[in-house]
Amino acid sequence: MRGGEAIIESLKKMGVETIFGYPGGQTIPFYDMLYDADIDHILVRHEQAAAHAADGFARASGKVGVCLATSGPGATNLVTGIATSYMDSSPIVAITGQVPTHLIGNDAFQEADIMGITMPIVKHSFQPKDPDLIPSIIKTSFDIAASGRPGPVLIDVPKEVQEGELTSFDDNLIQIPGYKPTLKGNPRQIKKACELIKQAKRPLVLAGAGVILADACSEFNEFVHLINAPVMTSLLGKGAINEKDELALGMLGMHGRKVSNDSVNECDLLIAIGIRFSDRTTGRLDSFVPDSKVIHIDIDPAEIGKNVDVDLPIVGDAKNILNSLNNLFKGYKASNEVNAWTDKIKQRKIDLLPRVTYDDVPLKPQSVIKEISEVLTPESILTTDVGQNQMWAAHFYDTQKPRKFISSGGLGTMGFGFPSAIGAKVACPQDPVVSINGDGGFLMVCQELATVYDYDLPVIAVVLENRTLGMVYQWQSLLYNERHSETKFKDSPDFVKLAESFGINAVRVEKPGETKDVLKTAIKDNEAILIDIVIDSEESLPMLPPGAGINEMIGEYKLEKDVI
Amino acid sequence: MEEEYHIISTLVENRPGVLQKIAGLFTRRDFNIEGITVGKSETKGLARMVITVKADEKILEQVTKQLNKLVDVIKIKDITKNAVKRELCLIKVSTASEVERAEILQYSNIFRAQIIDVSEETLIVEITGDGDKINAFISLLERFGIRKISRTGITAMSRGI
Ligand SMILES: Cc1ncc(C[n+]2csc(CCOP(=O)(O)OP(=O)(O)O)c2C)c(N)n1
Ligand SMILES: [Mg+2]
Repeated sequence: MRGGEAIIESLKKMGVETIFGYPGGQTIPFYDMLYDADIDHILVRHEQAAAHAADGFARASGKVGVCLATSGPGATNLVTGIATSYMDSSPIVAITGQVPTHLIGNDAFQEADIMGITMPIVKHSFQPKDPDLIPSIIKTSFDIAASGRPGPVLIDVPKEVQEGELTSFDDNLIQIPGYKPTLKGNPRQIKKACELIKQAKRPLVLAGAGVILADACSEFNEFVHLINAPVMTSLLGKGAINEKDELALGMLGMHGRKVSNDSVNECDLLIAIGIRFSDRTTGRLDSFVPDSKVIHIDIDPAEIGKNVDVDLPIVGDAKNILNSLNNLFKGYKASNEVNAWTDKIKQRKIDLLPRVTYDDVPLKPQSVIKEISEVLTPESILTTDVGQNQMWAAHFYDTQKPRKFISSGGLGTMGFGFPSAIGAKVACPQDPVVSINGDGGFLMVCQELATVYDYDLPVIAVVLENRTLGMVYQWQSLLYNERHSETKFKDSPDFVKLAESFGINAVRVEKPGETKDVLKTAIKDNEAILIDIVIDSEESLPMLPPGAGINEMIGEYKLEKDVI
Repeated sequence: MEEEYHIISTLVENRPGVLQKIAGLFTRRDFNIEGITVGKSETKGLARMVITVKADEKILEQVTKQLNKLVDVIKIKDITKNAVKRELCLIKVSTASEVERAEILQYSNIFRAQIIDVSEETLIVEITGDGDKINAFISLLERFGIRKISRTGITAMSRGI
């Protein structure tokens, strides 16, 4: 068996069925061996899309996503995707070809020090110099990527290692004594948390992606109902709780739901789970939950106390810890004070529901998301790009299940939405997959229409056409005296013709009700489609200006109850 | 919070790129690194890295935790309170006359420094000790004309078991 074959065998052993990649000089041997292998390969049209697709696959499935690129430019094209998965703790394994070992360091053709380049954005990386090590390296990479706080692992394989013969296939050749994530929460800390929760009069829960990554959502749901505490989430925490649940307030943060941003500082106990308190979630730190105790549950000890001072840390796996907490709270009845507080917040949620009912033309993005929500089932997967489109989706779309809302949070990578939808579709072929994109971001990755066409992937791409780099345009409107420097397009491309030139159906939508109809038909026909939706470029969500406290939103928050 | 010097002793996998990873971590997280010394440890395949950082309590906690997250790092210990610290320094100093040469020899004896190379116009002196001792010695030699200094940075070990 040769190195490349060992890669394929090892991937299969890890349960991989599909990889996303793009070939080149230093991976030709691998691709030659792939020719006969029974593993699916999806040829993307830009390596960045391979990384995002692997990431989308991982987020939708909970399994490790795999992407592949050649050395040099292929590898550097992966970098944005690797950084995106690193920031959002998504488990991917990126495999790159490298020039033959004897040429490394010589500035050989298409040589790039991808190990060095990615060092700060991977959880770990390997460069096998011996084909015998490949099985062990792949197995260990999957373990590192998926366990503890997940993240990307890079494997850089010199060309001659892909071609070299293995003496034997043994995947136990390497140990990693330095890697031992803490999984079990400290029982004493858990008991103390239980006491703090019982003493609290105004508890609030804040969930991040960690709850979803730990597959702890049913435990989480049980927990918040046991203690009857309202729940906010970060952007990536969407789906940790069914957002239609009375207790679910919605996203907290810079573009958060008013009920969450208004209420958070009123709590006397914040129970934060699987979240890293990013500045986009907390606003200014010194005015964040000033009168509250904080319990912080996270698998990464380095997140504890990094941004927010914590009264009670519990390091470990959220599923484990929530299970223990639920056992301690079995049969528990929340106090009258807590019930009164929670009732008040539930009512506030209803009073502050954001307005989504409009019949304006050009369309209001709020009503577009509303129509999308009305068509999509709880199983459907919504991916977003970055910008206003992302915030509209996050703000107005109620995510009902974990792994059904996929977005680039930490890095905020434009161009993530569409390729990640491709990955999500491969992971969940039965579920409708819709990606919401801006007209800026979509053009960064529109070549992937070819991928969707080639592999007959019924991915639905929505383009919210506002003819601006809307999010930046919005900041300029609100904070830079309407000086719209380089954020207005002279015109839009004809998105319908663009899609059609790839063989993909497309529709332009301009009026209320059309989005719903088109989307319904697309899901029924189970075909890829681009829906170009023309929206009002002046619409924007209220926001926290930089440096403002969480309850200092600017801009008018329009309420559904004010619709006459 | 007050910034102080801390000495962190770490046991790491002796692999290419590990030093780069650790140094990179310090730059990326904006930690203030004062020095790193590395060498093989008592265990085959593992190296010991002694890192000196200037940090307050909060930063120090982050430094430790972030280092711990690196897969190549096996063990970390803050040994500041209880450490024997040593640094090695080589100094090439000019010797204009016999008198000066004798003087330098005398100082070297007092500081238990060794002459390890002699030429017509220069001497190389080797001294070990903690930073203060080395600094004192260097300032004594300054008036003879120091041509080159090469210091290793501090390595350290905690006392007792
Ligand atoms: C790769 C990348 N480049 C630049 C940015 C900065 N940025 C954030 S949002 C945004 C505007 C996005 O415009 P568009 O895709 O049209 O979405 P909209 O905000 O209009 O919905 C820009 C330029 C980014 N997040 N990512
Ligand atoms: Mg736009």
